Amino acid sequence: MKQYEYMAKGRLKERGIVVPPGRIADTPQQAAEAVAEIGPSALKAQVLVGGRGKAGGIKFAATAEEARTQAHAILGMDLKGYRVDRLYVEAKLDIERELYVSVTTDRNAKRPLIMASAAGGVEIEDVEDSLIVRRLVDPDVGVLPYLGREVAQAMGLSLPLAREFADLLVRLYDIYREEDAELVEINPLAVVGGHLVAADARLNIDDSGLFRHPELQVVEEGSTLELKVRALGLAYVELDGDIAVMANGAGMAMATLDAIQHYGGRPANFLDAGGGASVEPTAQALAVLVGMKPKAIFINIFGGITRCDDVAQAIAQVRKTQGIPVPLVVRLVGTNEREGVALLEQEGIAAYSEMSSAAKRVVELAGEGR
Amino acid sequence: MAILLHGQDKILVQGITGNQGRFHTRQMLAYGAKVVGGISPGKAGQQVEGVPVFDTVRQAVEATSATASIVFVPAAFAKDAAFEALENGIRLLVLIPEHVPVQDSIDIVTRARALGAVVIGPNTFGIITPGEETKMGIMPNHIYRRGPVGVVARSGTLSYEIAFSLTQAGLGQSTVVGMGGDPVVGQTFISVLEAFRADDETKAVVMVGEIGGSAEEEAAEYIKDLGKPVVAYLAGRAAPPGKRMGHAGAIIERGRGTLESKEKALSAAGVRVVTMPWEVAPAMQQVLVR
Repeated sequence: MKQYEYMAKGRLKERGIVVPPGRIADTPQQAAEAVAEIGPSALKAQVLVGGRGKAGGIKFAATAEEARTQAHAILGMDLKGYRVDRLYVEAKLDIERELYVSVTTDRNAKRPLIMASAAGGVEIEDVEDSLIVRRLVDPDVGVLPYLGREVAQAMGLSLPLAREFADLLVRLYDIYREEDAELVEINPLAVVGGHLVAADARLNIDDSGLFRHPELQVVEEGSTLELKVRALGLAYVELDGDIAVMANGAGMAMATLDAIQHYGGRPANFLDAGGGASVEPTAQALAVLVGMKPKAIFINIFGGITRCDDVAQAIAQVRKTQGIPVPLVVRLVGTNEREGVALLEQEGIAAYSEMSSAAKRVVELAGEGR
Repeated sequence: MAILLHGQDKILVQGITGNQGRFHTRQMLAYGAKVVGGISPGKAGQQVEGVPVFDTVRQAVEATSATASIVFVPAAFAKDAAFEALENGIRLLVLIPEHVPVQDSIDIVTRARALGAVVIGPNTFGIITPGEETKMGIMPNHIYRRGPVGVVARSGTLSYEIAFSLTQAGLGQSTVVGMGGDPVVGQTFISVLEAFRADDETKAVVMVGEIGGSAEEEAAEYIKDLGKPVVAYLAGRAAPPGKRMGHAGAIIERGRGTLESKEKALSAAGVRVVTMPWEVAPAMQQVLVR
């Protein structure tokens, strides 16, 4: 779960990392009041994407009147697909240098990874590799100030800034570990008046660790439909095609999309109905697909724990209760395959046993393909 | 010979009295696995499918000399269960739960490394060795046959699809390993490939990967000198960037983890990369003949 910048900064501040004074503003009036209080400020769109500045999501205002005008322009604008509903009004900084620092997880090493650079202020992906300092952390040891001093040295920082950086890195690592962060990033880490200030910050929390942090505000990311389907406990992603897809298991669901694309079709969604879903959740998932009004629906099941007869029953149930007004292709193999196929036959549906021919057929029925 | 899990390995089931634990204990026993004990605090003295239940792993290990354990407890308790197993001498640990916090997985994997234990998962379907009629996991029993192909996969159902297609093509499996769909898991493609390399029964390997991370790219370098043919199928060609495709680890983030980069690295290492799951078995037949 991503956190908005102002939330991330709240966490940094709690942990003793210096952030500029700032106020939330949801209206031009609030923005004007904030600038009257703070003085010359940056008005920053609170959206969950990077590169806001270039996209026009950050404006400066010296006076309350300017703030009102600028806020009026930014609030409600579309920023890389995200609507701006909130601004963070933050004291304008007199920045001398821009550094970068983050703590994240190295998936291959299976350890925390510190990344730092003296070339901050741009996305880290755009920084030349030789300018990035990387240090894996032994989680049994953690981050002590010496490691921070070593990183500072490798970045070319001298005392007393290096000591300040070391202190900040210890605090940043504590946030990463104790808040179940996937990523905590300060970019730019600004040098202002010879001291470090977190000018922008990102904090992404591991969804699986959220149960340990009831104090965190929930930030929902996704379309209305995505949120609705996820509320059913299903993994769902909206895509831009028109063949609705359901499969059991994340890998199978991905492979099913690939197969549709392979035959020239365009999948409308990713939906993992779960590795062992029973009749009811499967019927709910299918009802969602029908509600999307796609050109065709493809159900691809390799029954391991999932039982083919459960899936067939769910299909029959949805046909009875709400109807399935678009072409439906079902591929059904595995546990209780015979029962499932027989059930579908009663419904007038001929199940496929091969994924390839089923995928090809659904693309044809949707009027797509080569 | 197979890898990691062998027929004589004595297995515990942590969380044996839950629905999942109970169901899969029955399935594992039916397959031939030596499940010798279960753990469920407060339930000692009970039996599940004829398997004695203990309050603690310590008690179970003392009574049975088990060296392997499969964990079915809820994700929030997985770290506790994993450490209980590791600290009591378990050296092959399969973690089934999904949604284990990554920080917990880091701690588990770090401790296992220090102890020289093998962790499979979390968020895995487990491991199965058809030739020795044993398994620790939730995979269906009937789709596997003994044979020369090692399989290592990130995803469960997709690996079933591919294992079954191999079986139907007359290509049995030595061992099938599910690494798990999380960002941090016990195994890497390299660690599993190393084991397959040392196994005489395994003549070729199938890799089933997906978008996210760079485990496939990292493996590519190693495969150059593997000495056994590898066929790879990776899922997620149609996945958009920035979206988690079901698995916590299946996400293209900030330009990293794309299928293109993985397939390129594997192809350059001499891996036979196929683009659809049904192409794996025919490709394997070809590389085995060569």
